[in-house]
Amino acid sequence: MAIDDGPVIVGGGPSGLAAAIELRRLGNSPVTVIEREREAGGIPRHSDHLGFGLRDLRTVLSGPRYAGRYRELAEGAAVEVLTETMVTEWEGDRQLKLTGPHGRWEIEPPAVVLATGCRERPRSARLVPGSRPAGVMTTATLQQLVHLRNQKVGRRAVIVGAEHVSFSAVATLAHGGASVAGLVTELPKHQTLRAFRAGAAVRYRAPVWSRTKVSAIHGSERVESVELTEIDSGLTRTVECDLVIFTADWIPDHELTVMAGCELDRGTLGPLVDPALRTTRQGVFAAGNLMHPAETADVCALDGRHVAPAVAAYLRGPGEWPSHVRITSNRPLAWVAPNLLLATGYPPPRDRFLLRSREFVSRARIQVRQDGRELWSGRVGRLVPGRSAHIPAGWAAAVDPAGSPVIIAVK
Amino acid sequence: MSASLREGSAPKGQFDVAVVGAGAVGCAVAREVSRLGARCVLIEAGSDVGAGTSKANTAILHTGFDAKPGTIESRLVARGYELLSQYASEVGIPTVNLGALMIAWNAEQRDALPGIEAKARENGYEEARPVDLEELYAREPNIGQGAEGGLEIPGEGLVCPFTTTLAFATEAVAAGCELLLNAAVTGVRPSDGGHEVVTARGAIRAQHLVNAAGLHSDELDSMLGHAEFHVTPRRGELIVFDKLARGLLNHVLLPVPTEKTKGVLVSPTIYGNVLLGPTADDVPDKTDRSTTSAGLASLMEAGSRILPALEVHEVTATYVGLRAATEHRDYQLTAHPDQRYVCAGGIRSTGITGSLAIAEWVREALADAGLDLADRPEESSLRMPNIGEFGTRPYQEGERIASDPDCGRIVCFCERVTRAEIDAALGSPIPPVDADGLRRRTRALMGRCQGFFCGAEVAAALEGSDADGDR
Repeated sequence: MAIDDGPVIVGGGPSGLAAAIELRRLGNSPVTVIEREREAGGIPRHSDHLGFGLRDLRTVLSGPRYAGRYRELAEGAAVEVLTETMVTEWEGDRQLKLTGPHGRWEIEPPAVVLATGCRERPRSARLVPGSRPAGVMTTATLQQLVHLRNQKVGRRAVIVGAEHVSFSAVATLAHGGASVAGLVTELPKHQTLRAFRAGAAVRYRAPVWSRTKVSAIHGSERVESVELTEIDSGLTRTVECDLVIFTADWIPDHELTVMAGCELDRGTLGPLVDPALRTTRQGVFAAGNLMHPAETADVCALDGRHVAPAVAAYLRGPGEWPSHVRITSNRPLAWVAPNLLLATGYPPPRDRFLLRSREFVSRARIQVRQDGRELWSGRVGRLVPGRSAHIPAGWAAAVDPAGSPVIIAVK
Repeated sequence: MSASLREGSAPKGQFDVAVVGAGAVGCAVAREVSRLGARCVLIEAGSDVGAGTSKANTAILHTGFDAKPGTIESRLVARGYELLSQYASEVGIPTVNLGALMIAWNAEQRDALPGIEAKARENGYEEARPVDLEELYAREPNIGQGAEGGLEIPGEGLVCPFTTTLAFATEAVAAGCELLLNAAVTGVRPSDGGHEVVTARGAIRAQHLVNAAGLHSDELDSMLGHAEFHVTPRRGELIVFDKLARGLLNHVLLPVPTEKTKGVLVSPTIYGNVLLGPTADDVPDKTDRSTTSAGLASLMEAGSRILPALEVHEVTATYVGLRAATEHRDYQLTAHPDQRYVCAGGIRSTGITGSLAIAEWVREALADAGLDLADRPEESSLRMPNIGEFGTRPYQEGERIASDPDCGRIVCFCERVTRAEIDAALGSPIPPVDADGLRRRTRALMGRCQGFFCGAEVAAALEGSDADGDR
């Protein structure tokens, strides 16, 4: 049996593995996951803290154990996982060229699920000026160095960002023997849960410097200091450190999505997807943090489970990809996902649309409208940048498939 | 006995030639004379070859169409263009000839174009020709509105500056040249009719001395008792955009130059990205390679006018190059035969293109000063790995993967660099000493994630290697 007799999932993180396992459970065969790393499991492999598996596995695991659990489940379900293999070219509808230690070969699967995840914007993409010394990295690199390689990374860090992952970087640094000078955020306050914040303040004595940005990095070989600028006053000060950790500011790893010819959403920068997680390219689906950068691993795994029946249905009777209506969001909203309605009938993952805001908004009221017609409105509580709010999905049935884009706005 | 590349004391004995500075020019000179039988030592302050101005430039293969006519630079860039194009195809240095379009954005610039075309002819470049607006927008549909005219320079191309310098140095070393890194020069004394060069790794004696010290060429020149020029670093900040922006343009897009600078260009890179820059600011510090918020902001503003669609694309990297600018508008090439000293200083933006011609010039000056050289160079069979995006990349060579699975093991996903390429670089005659050096040899870590995925893996590979390079 050849790989392309069945669906192919690109990316062996939580969403990709969960999609594959569910596709096998629904009777599809073969089901293949293509993973470019040496081992499947995705980002949780090096997120060595508790809190994984709550919503999908109904248990609490560390990241590495969670990744291991999914590898076992995939093996148990007879999912074919091709590690160290990368989709390096994509032509036509679904002609994929793979490169790995076994060589280069072409496949043309009947359906593809893109589950390539997201990454943190590095320093350069954030246009932080200064010199280019060693000691500047993202949380993921930090975690790999500390948890996978047991390396000493430095003595004193400045962390850019104040989201959940930023506080996770604080914990990783503590584990690796480095202290934290402080967390810097341009926003008026931190974005994590109060409990996390309080925990970090007490346990690691890490201050949060809000409305502040890193305006320069100094050091020749190694980071020696950063210059911080208070946004409102313009005052600058220098903080000595030998590490700068750039956290959060997630961007989908969307190169393959673009190569596949899928349209991108201007907000998420991932593929446009409908509630069934179909992209704008026939036979191409997406799941996980590629389409909502970034949610926790369990949410991604639930996406994977969610996309499976839609893929299975498509494999049973492909037919034409229906026409679609866009769902857009207005400022201060950053994005909505899913962001496309192809045909009614499918609910989105976890029966909700996810929303992200660029600003803090307390007691936010959200309105969904199309062509001047209100489809839904209601309160979603506090909007926090970098954290998702959600609205129910029932209104999608009332959308006019021939109408203008649906607009979601803060009222 | 050979000294080690990066540590230990300097080799004893007498060299025929000491070349100071292992940038593109110094490496080209060392290669030239070593292959003609001279006993050469190449002395470099930094920990790697090509790690100064030679690594941070626009990587344009210049025709020399816009040089100042009648200058040495004009002649040597034109000659260097021919020599480097030929050499690149022989040893596999990534190059591509995309051609350039110079775009005038106002009436004044438009009126300057015929003069630039005439200047190109004075420089011996006959291919430049005017391009009307219809053709300009047809060939570059994504450029901003408001262009007033264009000039095509079909010969302008791209070249990989990293591979160029490394190829020169590798051939020099293969021909017996001693490469001494981490050996900053602190003084030069006359000795036995030649020179004693005092370095951080000890004194070196040589009959002839070549100054290719780039930003520090004026300091070395004054150690020899001359004061003909001063280097004031001209800082150029550059921004590299994501590969997904590559489809936005087809040529090197040049601005109409001013007195001071060639201006901000937008160009594809040899690695498949889009480059925007450089700025041009005279700065006092020869070591400060910091980008500035003002510089980056001015580039982003210029980019959004030239190629508005750039705005939605991600930035992959920013960097600074310091050009060795002097008060003169020409290379500072001088021969002092009585002193057995040749100065190749003040080499600015065109140094990579001109390097082989400059080396020829220096070789002739050395011969005139009495250096005995063979008529024909030793044969070389050097083949450099292709780190360019034009042509076949190593990961695409299925047959090589069949014989060595590591040729198909992609470690750096963004740039598609394989385990075999990283191992080859680490095991090469001039291995990298740090991540930046590995990046210049393989492209690992050069991509959009800047190490998010493979940073730790690459760090481990470097950790496990013996970068000191004892030979």
